[in-house]
Amino acid sequence: MDPDTLTRRIVKPLVFLLCLLPLAWVAAGILQWPGADLGANPVEKVQDTLGIWGLRFLLLTLAVTPVRELLGWPRLLAFRRMLGLFAFTCIALHFLWYLFVDQAFDWRQLLVDIAKRPYVTVGFAALALLVPLAWTSTNRAMRRMGRRWQKLHRLVYPAVVLGCVHFWWQVKADVREPLMYAAIAAALLGWRLHRHWRRRAAAPRRSGPAPGPGRERDAGQDQEPARRSAPSRRLVQQPPAQ
Amino acid sequence: MRGDSRILPSEITPEPVYLARRSFLAGLAGAGLAAASTPALAQVVNVTLVPRLEFRRNARYSTAEKANSFAEVAGYNNFYEFGTGKEDPARNAHTLRPRPWSVVVDGECEKPGRLDLEDLLKPHPLEERIYRLRCVEAWSMVIPWIGLPLGDLVRRFQPTSRAKYVEFTTLLDPKQMPGQRYGVLDWPYVEGLRMDEATHPLAILAVGLYGRVLPNQNGAPLRLVVPWKYGFKSIKSIVRIRFTERMPRTSWPLSAPREYGFYANVNPAVDHPRWSQKSERRIGAGSLFSRQPTQPFNGYAEEVAELYRGMDLARNF
Repeated sequence: MDPDTLTRRIVKPLVFLLCLLPLAWVAAGILQWPGADLGANPVEKVQDTLGIWGLRFLLLTLAVTPVRELLGWPRLLAFRRMLGLFAFTCIALHFLWYLFVDQAFDWRQLLVDIAKRPYVTVGFAALALLVPLAWTSTNRAMRRMGRRWQKLHRLVYPAVVLGCVHFWWQVKADVREPLMYAAIAAALLGWRLHRHWRRRAAAPRRSGPAPGPGRERDAGQDQEPARRSAPSRRLVQQPPAQ
Repeated sequence: MRGDSRILPSEITPEPVYLARRSFLAGLAGAGLAAASTPALAQVVNVTLVPRLEFRRNARYSTAEKANSFAEVAGYNNFYEFGTGKEDPARNAHTLRPRPWSVVVDGECEKPGRLDLEDLLKPHPLEERIYRLRCVEAWSMVIPWIGLPLGDLVRRFQPTSRAKYVEFTTLLDPKQMPGQRYGVLDWPYVEGLRMDEATHPLAILAVGLYGRVLPNQNGAPLRLVVPWKYGFKSIKSIVRIRFTERMPRTSWPLSAPREYGFYANVNPAVDHPRWSQKSERRIGAGSLFSRQPTQPFNGYAEEVAELYRGMDLARNF
């Protein structure tokens, strides 16, 4: 089996199942399966578990491009969309759990919370930013949107910042854990900023965002090597890194 | 009948099987989602090894609401000295050595001193009080405490006319309390009450719950319980009681003055800056939708509201 088929047929389904574990644990806890212990405050436990895994998947999604470039693992790109959609799923469920279980369908309280409670406001804003990204995650949308797809999907950067702030603003005094997540997010975003500056420095004749040598190299690096099979479909499926 | 806090060797004799932890869990069968999750929690404390106490029930100051299970009360705690997660104290508090224990009583009083816990408690009969506990984080429990009226103990030390407040301090020992190695709060933990609050009949010092000596994670061997205030006022593992003329500088208002006040009376009308205090989740209420409205002074308004007559409770939160 060649490495691409191995990735697509074996590794990707395995990673999918692995990513499913936190959600499966939550489901098992709700269904009261033995061994899945949600503790004394199960509503809060489910809420927190969905939220923290949403943030973790978001950071994993953002780690794909740096890791594949730094370690030279181009095939990592094959996992990015899946990780992103897991992040969205957890965060959407986190929100729905809050609305339907924690607040017990209280729409009015939800609106008050979004308007009045900054941590709810930023959390909701992060989710709102992720909705169009999930919506346009299909091959068709990528094909149709072309370059605009990449631009749109940069919304994940503010979303992850808001996610970290959302976490930070909820703890009472112990900011160590949110600090750790914020530091990882800062490193992942900082790497991109650094790369951006480096490329601008390497291409001094361009001042605007128009495609220059730097951008072309960017696109070229992020695409699958040309020797791959099914060229057109795969190229569309794996657009340039963000 | 006179209660006594001294633990007799006979009381440490393991209980028969019927008192094993499964009896605490039996009552939870079929109680829904929360019930399913408690067996693992129960294992953090082997109930049969916890010494029993002699006490009488105080029905007058007890709620008739269904008490939380021992597993919930001893498995879901805020006790930052043992970690900031709710399950950390149950996991980590075994490093605390609640006996021998002594308490310093000093400040504006006629009879200051350092007393062994046994001597501190000896004159006071123990009673059971089933109180609601409302955490500032908007969850609540019902807990059968064993303790003594704080007022009785306060009067024993004859506070002077300058004593306007009582200040309480938790043990400071990072070896026993590993959470103190991190500056999450300014250790040691300090709490305080106005003298009229401290001598109010509802304020107690607890030494046990569910008829037995306090588990470490619940603030062994001696903790405050002030049921009309948010849980953080009910300081745990007390080593010092000091009478002061000035309002004590207490831990949470020092840490975040905008968010936590000295009084910290349960008040659905005054939200925490970051979350609502209008409702609370009753732990183990047996339903997913177990939010219930929060009562002014946690339902003890009839007893304590007069203490705050004329005060702006939105300012003095």
